[in-house]
Amino acid sequence: MYLPKPRGSLSEAAFDLLRSLPDDQASETGVGVQPDSTEDADLTLWAVHELSYGGFEDVHEQAETSPPVLLLRARLETDLEARLRGRWTGAQPAPADVPAELVRLVAEHDGPSLAEHVHRRADLDQVMELLRQRSVYHLKEADQSAWVVPRLPVRAKTALVELLFDEYGDGDPNRLHAHLFAQGLEAVGLRSDYGAYVDDALPEVFEMNNAASMFGMQRRLRGAAMGHLAAFEATSSLPSRRMVQGFARLGLPKEMVRYYDEHVEADAIHEQTALRDICGTLAEEQPEQAGDILFGAFTCLDLEARFATAMLDRWGVAS
Amino acid sequence: MSPQAFEHSEVVLVPDGPMLVRGVRSVEDADGRVHAVERPVVALCRCEKSSRLPWCDGTHKVIARRGD
Ligand code: FES
Ligand SMILES: [Fe+2]
Ligand SMILES: [Fe+2]
Repeated sequence: MYLPKPRGSLSEAAFDLLRSLPDDQASETGVGVQPDSTEDADLTLWAVHELSYGGFEDVHEQAETSPPVLLLRARLETDLEARLRGRWTGAQPAPADVPAELVRLVAEHDGPSLAEHVHRRADLDQVMELLRQRSVYHLKEADQSAWVVPRLPVRAKTALVELLFDEYGDGDPNRLHAHLFAQGLEAVGLRSDYGAYVDDALPEVFEMNNAASMFGMQRRLRGAAMGHLAAFEATSSLPSRRMVQGFARLGLPKEMVRYYDEHVEADAIHEQTALRDICGTLAEEQPEQAGDILFGAFTCLDLEARFATAMLDRWGVAS
Repeated sequence: MSPQAFEHSEVVLVPDGPMLVRGVRSVEDADGRVHAVERPVVALCRCEKSSRLPWCDGTHKVIARRGD
């Protein structure tokens, strides 16, 4: 993948810097430019995070840890975290109540549902557009949570690895979830290389990806990362079933159906283990994480709702 | 703190939810059909309303709970 098209002054300056590294002079100057918009900032942070995943063909691997890039990442993550925390108004739960509070948060959250639209009404163009948008996340699905493994206490670590083993195919590369999605994309005639549709991605897509990456990559935010994971898993099996039904209605190829079909079954399990064995035991052993677990879960639900609203608006569907 | 031994069960009944079962290679459903298991843990439906028995598919969340 190559760096995407910039979307403002900051992404333009940052991408120029990334292409020029490692170059001593560029390393001295840094990127002092202010973003023109949150979209500009979010795209920039997405690209900086990507240096720690698959990287870019036009950026040297050393850029990942070069001082101006680290400074830029710190500045953008500070802004993103403040923005996300500003939206969360919940209280700090008692640690023992964390699983129940997560269940309540998920049950009470009623954002618009893209799966419902796909199930009953979406046309083929809309489904293809949704798959392109989702590809930015699903093609590295689970990687965002994998960062957290070494930072967890024993029981939560065991449970996260058990969950990740399933996400990563139970030892069979052909069942790895991100790979199932890639096979689905190819089968419907879309590109399956990571980042192929980044230039078409809505700003909400970057915010979702950046939140998950930031939570995963900072030890301090491990509670938020695991809360995010639990909310993601707990809002997946029923919607995945609706996606399967919608895809059947539209006659999509079986490879694409398989990705969602797998998630009906897998996420009904992951939901339980993420709530109880990961978040529950983490809160028990590190009670100060209880609030951040809820904050992370809320952020997952909120960002999905914002993305769904943006997609439905784009299609002229009332949400 | 000395390393502690944790309670860890292979079978867990989730209140108002499925039965989690760890470390099995196959499950026979109510019709006698055998399903191979490739996951470290599976969720068996207890509410009988799942669209893909014997597995839980989350449907238990949209049906009435115990005591409701
Ligand atoms: S227990 Fe989950 S669907 Fe029946
Ligand atoms: Fe998955
Ligand atoms: Fe999952």
